[in-house]
Amino acid sequence: MFQSKKDVKLGFYGPPNAGKTSLANRICKDFTGEEIGSVSKVPHETRNVQFKEKVEIEFKGKKMTFKMIDTPGIATKIDYEEFLKFKVKKKEAKNRAKEATQGVVESIKWLDDMDMVVIVLDATENPYNQVNITIIGNLVARKIPVLIVANKVDLKKADMKKIESAFPEYEVIGISAKYGENLEEFYESIFKLSKQI
Amino acid sequence: MVKKKKKLKKINGFAIQFLPYSEIKDLNSDERIKKVLGIILGNNILILQGRMRPQEETRLIGDTMAMIDHVKSFKGIELAVISGDGEGESIWDKMKKGLVDALAGGDMGAITIIGPATIVKEMKRDPRKIELMLNK
Repeated sequence: MFQSKKDVKLGFYGPPNAGKTSLANRICKDFTGEEIGSVSKVPHETRNVQFKEKVEIEFKGKKMTFKMIDTPGIATKIDYEEFLKFKVKKKEAKNRAKEATQGVVESIKWLDDMDMVVIVLDATENPYNQVNITIIGNLVARKIPVLIVANKVDLKKADMKKIESAFPEYEVIGISAKYGENLEEFYESIFKLSKQI
Repeated sequence: MVKKKKKLKKINGFAIQFLPYSEIKDLNSDERIKKVLGIILGNNILILQGRMRPQEETRLIGDTMAMIDHVKSFKGIELAVISGDGEGESIWDKMKKGLVDALAGGDMGAITIIGPATIVKEMKRDPRKIELMLNK
């Protein structure tokens, strides 16, 4: 009779190095004291889907329990030579590339299972990247609620207006996962979005 | 004096292939993706009239990733879609229109450009144009 609702599956999607894990870590740390995964300047640091169960977010007197799902960045190309620029050894770079390709496939497979999705974009990059459009197009087709987050607004090159003009039908929340800027607005939007499930 | 023969450097060429929508219209998703990847693996830049469904684009990305592991020197693809009549349209407008068109059988006004990453270094896209930066 009083069966509790299932935890809301909240996915973090986006291109590599946009800050998906940084944001997921920030949230998990705030509400559970633990992080979800490691972060790095080297792209494709997250190469497996990572989970954190029972993350109870409390905001302005409201509570919701989420299953956080941090996904590997989706890309259309992966070249191990890119990793060499970050002083990764050749063998390790090749292995990283192989795992990264598998990670993209895994991310795509998980799209169907999400209750709601946060698209994390790098505010310093061009938002008109086909991967962003393709992911959002898929979520719209599956009727999965989407929130767009423009991360790295602490950087000078960040261009919020460009991201907002690319997605005028969406609320775009500018944050800095690294410094924890503007997370209040993010939590507010997450609660608002959850009503669409 | 014997003149030294100049040796022509090998040109690693590519071709640009235009595919009218009628060529994929009656194909199912598997066949469409197979056809597109077949063209790309032949070192061609594909210009496709119209666009694929969002789920097909995602599957194309997934299948591309799987092929990186199995096809030697294949590094993936560059992909961009632009709507022919979309001047000033937002991504959202295009997506909504794209979904309707996809259900109707494809957005005939759109153009999809797909190239192998070994040839196409980057596709710079803004709402009104696509620029192809090729590898040297």
